[in-house]
Amino acid sequence: MAKRSVSILNRLLANPSSPFTAPTRSITYMPRPGDGAPRTVTLIPGDGIGPLVTGAVEQVFEAMHAPVHFERYEVRGNMRKVPEEVMESVKRNKVCLKGGLATPVGGGVSSLNMQLRKELDIFASLVNCINVPGLVTRHENVDIVVIRENTEGEYAGLEHEVVPGVVESLKVITKFCSERIARYAFEYAYLNNRKKVTAVHKANIMKLADGLFLESCREVAKAYPGITYNEIIVDNCCMQLVAKPEQFDVMVTPNLYGNLIANTAAGIAGGTGVMPGGNVGAEHAIFEQGASAGNVGNDKIVEQKKANPVALLLSSAMMLKHLQFPTFADRLEVAVKQVIREGKWRTKDLGGDCTTQEVVDAVIAALD
Amino acid sequence: MSRRSLTLLKSLAKTQTRSVTYMPRPGDGAPRAVTLIPGDGIGPLVTNAVEQVMEAMHAPIYFEKYEVTGEMRRVPGEVMESIKKNKVCLKGGLKTPVGGGVSSLNVQLRKELDLFASLVNCFNLPGLPTRHENVDIVVIRENTEGEYAGLEHEVVPGVVESLKVITKFCSERIAKYAFEYAYLNNRKKVTAVHKANIMKLADGLFLESCREVAKKYPGITYNEIIVDNCCMQLVAKPEQFDVMVTPNLYGNLVANTAAGIAGGTGVMPGGNVGADHAVFEQGASAGNVGKDSIVRENKANPVALLLSSAMMLRHLQFPSFADRLETAVKRVISEGKCRTKDLGGQSTTQEVVDAVIAKLE
Repeated sequence: MAKRSVSILNRLLANPSSPFTAPTRSITYMPRPGDGAPRTVTLIPGDGIGPLVTGAVEQVFEAMHAPVHFERYEVRGNMRKVPEEVMESVKRNKVCLKGGLATPVGGGVSSLNMQLRKELDIFASLVNCINVPGLVTRHENVDIVVIRENTEGEYAGLEHEVVPGVVESLKVITKFCSERIARYAFEYAYLNNRKKVTAVHKANIMKLADGLFLESCREVAKAYPGITYNEIIVDNCCMQLVAKPEQFDVMVTPNLYGNLIANTAAGIAGGTGVMPGGNVGAEHAIFEQGASAGNVGNDKIVEQKKANPVALLLSSAMMLKHLQFPTFADRLEVAVKQVIREGKWRTKDLGGDCTTQEVVDAVIAALD
Repeated sequence: MSRRSLTLLKSLAKTQTRSVTYMPRPGDGAPRAVTLIPGDGIGPLVTNAVEQVMEAMHAPIYFEKYEVTGEMRRVPGEVMESIKKNKVCLKGGLKTPVGGGVSSLNVQLRKELDLFASLVNCFNLPGLPTRHENVDIVVIRENTEGEYAGLEHEVVPGVVESLKVITKFCSERIAKYAFEYAYLNNRKKVTAVHKANIMKLADGLFLESCREVAKKYPGITYNEIIVDNCCMQLVAKPEQFDVMVTPNLYGNLVANTAAGIAGGTGVMPGGNVGADHAVFEQGASAGNVGKDSIVRENKANPVALLLSSAMMLRHLQFPSFADRLETAVKRVISEGKCRTKDLGGQSTTQEVVDAVIAKLE
């Protein structure tokens, strides 16, 4: 293993910096002996464009000789539960990479994405929405991280029909969950040198529920005097996002608002096809396309194989960092960003017409 | 009356926005009473702007003004009586305190008067450059139930439950209103916004109602979109949306996002309507009370409330006044000389009002 690390380090150091391979990092990482041991990661291709984009990740990892090997499991969105063996595998490996699982609209099967998150207690969902150089969007200076509570709130799944024609849906907010998501958000901000955390709420209407969320955020904020904390009502937030997105830095939100804000922020920064993200809990982590819209895609994209693999590639770079393989993560990110910046290989959602495979080939060619 | 109609007709002939002349019935010019609630923050500024412009136009309207502040526990009895008598109300924002204690007076008004539909028209104004073009979206939002039912309780310390109630009755009538609106305004498409993959029963019931009503309007395209995808599509390709019908919370967020992309909540008109009453106010709710600095410097944007009062004039069957007002306001915006801070200028409310009055004919 050490021999492989040495050759990689040599290649890195010998690489001359050219205008195209913009050197993003100047630090060398010093591994501990045995750090290069391959890690196992559960892979769930999912539905729709899922297999396409996870296939892209597999190819790129092969080409990089990354010390990761995948245990693949087929799961469909219309299964009743996530199969036992898959859950065991994720609990054993602690890290999972997945494509989208299509959740059927209407009664019957509950969301498998939700089930995964609840069973593994993956309480924080993180999406980094940032302008990618070379990708022109209507909004500039966007660099927002949306941290969303993943297990309770409006997605508790507790609904019942009181009398025919009247349905009640329970939104549950607990101090426990609100506190830990607030703590995670401030910790993230602290570790990533972020200056501001904004809590998104609707406590003027849902006074008790979102009020409890806000109280928890305020308490945690006191423990981080170096980080600015403010609050914003969610409807104003949506408007500010599209008017002046540069005012936002890290945003912490309950479940539903986080879903909408994350997708809006992803949309203004270039689309959900490019934003990386992941879900993390105390013990496990699942990486998937950052914002949820379009992670299954539509039939046409699947047929023509024109899904955008960039989001999942950048998420797998986050995964490599999580697994303590930062050099691989850096190489992957640099290659992907170079491909986007050059602008020759872009899928339909970015204004081009390439297939997934062409983008993958371009990324592999850009690896060094 | 007929002489006034004649001058009106002559002045209409000068404006180029409409080629249709309105033929009033005898007695249509009788002045109507409208309840006016100035509200908090920038409310008094912008409602005063409307009063001035209505004066200048000699519109057949007179206002019954009532002071209501957001911290009152309930809307005063006399105000409710006045609205029930007049059937139409114009209001500024009422500030709802965050946290426990007083419940929202805006929501209370809507529930008591059963104003079940809230409508915001978000469209690009000529002369106001924005990052998104070809925006012309009408968000029709259910106003009385859903997440805003106000039913919350603390089960045990540290655990709170909030009830979201969806009924077939309310979902059906908002769907019917949305399709009727589309039909009457020559709109081609109605999109239902939901999250029924997660809230299967609640939003599922909403969708069922929309689908049933859609069958009666075969000429109007109907489709559905999940709310998170909708938010993303709004900022990526807003031209795909026409009329959107949504439950309460999603409607709030979608309306504000759409208002934001089309130029800001300071310019979008809107109103709340029920079977018997109508309350007109700034379209999207963000910023309708404003901040202290805007109040002090008197730099609130009156355009949204002016355009909403034009909608009110149409509602009261005074279409020519509505047209004159809209034309004047749009001309002021397209010239770009008098703009408040949220549109990139530095004018005060009064300067904008004077410019609008100068442009009236």
